[in-house]
Amino acid sequence: MFIQKFFETPPSQMPHRVWWTLVGLAVAIGLLIPRFTEIDVHLDLSIVFIFAILALSMGFLWGFVGMLSFGQTVFFGLGGYTYAVWSLNYNETTFGMILAIFIPVLAAAALGYFMIYGRISSIYFTVTTLVVTIVLEKAVRATSDERFKIGDVMLRGQNGISTVPDLQVPWNHHETLFLTGVYYLAFILMVLSYIGLRLLLTTHFGRVLVSIRENEHRAEMLGYDTRRYRLMAFVISGGLAGLAGGLYGVWGNFVAPEMMNLSSAASLVMYVIVGGKSTLIGPLVGTGIVQQATNWLGTAGLGQVNLILGGVMIIFVMVFPRGVLPSLGTAVTYLLQSRRHLSVQSDVVGKNAQREA
Amino acid sequence: MSILIIYLYQIAFSLGIFVLISLGLAIIFGMMKVINLAQGEFIMLGAYLCLITTQAGIPFWLAVILSSLGVGIFGVIVERCLIQFLYGRIMDTLLATWGLSLLMVGMVTTIFGPQEAGVDAQLGKFQVGDYSIAVYNLVLIGLAFLMLLLTFCLWRYTRFGLVVRGTMQKPQMAAALGINTKYYYMLTFGYGSALTGFAGAVLAPIVGNQPTMGSFYVAKAFVTVIAGGDLPLMGTLLASSVFGVTDGIVSFLSTQVVGEICVLLVAIVLLRLLPQGITGRFRRGI
Repeated sequence: MFIQKFFETPPSQMPHRVWWTLVGLAVAIGLLIPRFTEIDVHLDLSIVFIFAILALSMGFLWGFVGMLSFGQTVFFGLGGYTYAVWSLNYNETTFGMILAIFIPVLAAAALGYFMIYGRISSIYFTVTTLVVTIVLEKAVRATSDERFKIGDVMLRGQNGISTVPDLQVPWNHHETLFLTGVYYLAFILMVLSYIGLRLLLTTHFGRVLVSIRENEHRAEMLGYDTRRYRLMAFVISGGLAGLAGGLYGVWGNFVAPEMMNLSSAASLVMYVIVGGKSTLIGPLVGTGIVQQATNWLGTAGLGQVNLILGGVMIIFVMVFPRGVLPSLGTAVTYLLQSRRHLSVQSDVVGKNAQREA
Repeated sequence: MSILIIYLYQIAFSLGIFVLISLGLAIIFGMMKVINLAQGEFIMLGAYLCLITTQAGIPFWLAVILSSLGVGIFGVIVERCLIQFLYGRIMDTLLATWGLSLLMVGMVTTIFGPQEAGVDAQLGKFQVGDYSIAVYNLVLIGLAFLMLLLTFCLWRYTRFGLVVRGTMQKPQMAAALGINTKYYYMLTFGYGSALTGFAGAVLAPIVGNQPTMGSFYVAKAFVTVIAGGDLPLMGTLLASSVFGVTDGIVSFLSTQVVGEICVLLVAIVLLRLLPQGITGRFRRGI
């Protein structure tokens, strides 16, 4: 029942009581975990939460507006680099984190303007964002020369910037967030992004977005400037990806071109596909599953990660195009229904038997 | 004078490379509307097949032909096992072929290791002023245009080409006329793959061949075909000219990476100005 209630409320309606209860429960568990676990678990979970924010930004755009953007890793990388460059230059991190959202937002607005206002079809949109990812990664890799510096910070090309400072508490510059602090921050921001996007979908804006996914022409005929709505959605998701990038810089004290390369874009797509893009919870769960699986594969030493990633991706597209969670949801609903159906049937049979007797 | 020749050569060379790497995609994506993100890896496969065959002692040009055939056959297999289930599901095609590309990179890395390997096909050089130009690069430019011409003639002047174009435009009508459209889809995909494999094989001597080399080309190829618009061959030629000139001049003045970024910027602005691509308003042609 719970699972059914969780999945079956349409995104345009306010979430059901059950949803709030479950989310509240998850938050409580998430906040309690650090008390009962070792520090390495916090470290592992924080990165899952950070990637989950990134996956959320892609899942929102892809699942609810119908725009698959590979550019999310670009904004992720841009956010990380912005945070690194600002905080190293000025030894101040709060504003750096704000900029880590703001600069990707600007980049998304500029890139999105050309693509969305050019009215290119959704598939060209996807490919263009992919091309941007490839080229930008190459550009960052090419900055290994000492000439390339912003302020006093050398970009160091493919070596990345490895001295990214910890995040300072906004009201006290001498206190920094470390390990468990980063865990709480990442967890809370993830939950806030999830709830925020879920509630955004219930607003007028959110409904227009879903209507664009369903039928862009019809939405346009009804008088909505769909380009503006799509651009807004792209910008929101770009900002979210930038936030994840900034957090990544805080988490690892390290930013590198790998943040925005093709294989990180591929794992991002995997998170969303595995979890399923038709719900917002899907990307979160998918991130958890895939991250755990990759960790396990890494320690098991099964050779090329690419090989397995590629194989799994093909299998998912061919066999479970809707992702694990929705398939599971359908299966559960189906089972429950068929059981109810059976019990109703046996009731009827019983009554008939009584009548005949 | 010599600087002028060098500029012309740079532009022609960039143009040739653009035509070479995007011709296969122009057929697979431009005509068949199949988003093949493994395109770069098809190029990589062509290069590696060329590498294996030349190391086995087969003369270079024969090796090129064998590699194109090999990649063509590989393309047919991919079409039968993967693509044929996904016609019309354009996003799924994109994801599945991306999976395929990762799979191919993983496989080639497992077999050959991640290091670079070279193929030797030196044809000598000649001096122009202070610069030297490799004869092989000139041959490459010629080959690119030869392939474009060949494909044009195949589509325009043969019965096979006519049937293929008809099938791609209106599959149901073609089927109603008794054409086995599945068969032609398969052959067209195979032909596109063979052209891609050819590109990889002839590029093998002048680039470092490594399993991840595909990502160098896939972006350029897609940008070219998208900017080209509705007519695959004409569009590819025109878009290649625009990007070739940009890339040739900027790369020569600065670095290759700056050249590529400029190409991308030009492409994005082009998308805004001509969302239908350069040939979007052309009434007819191929």
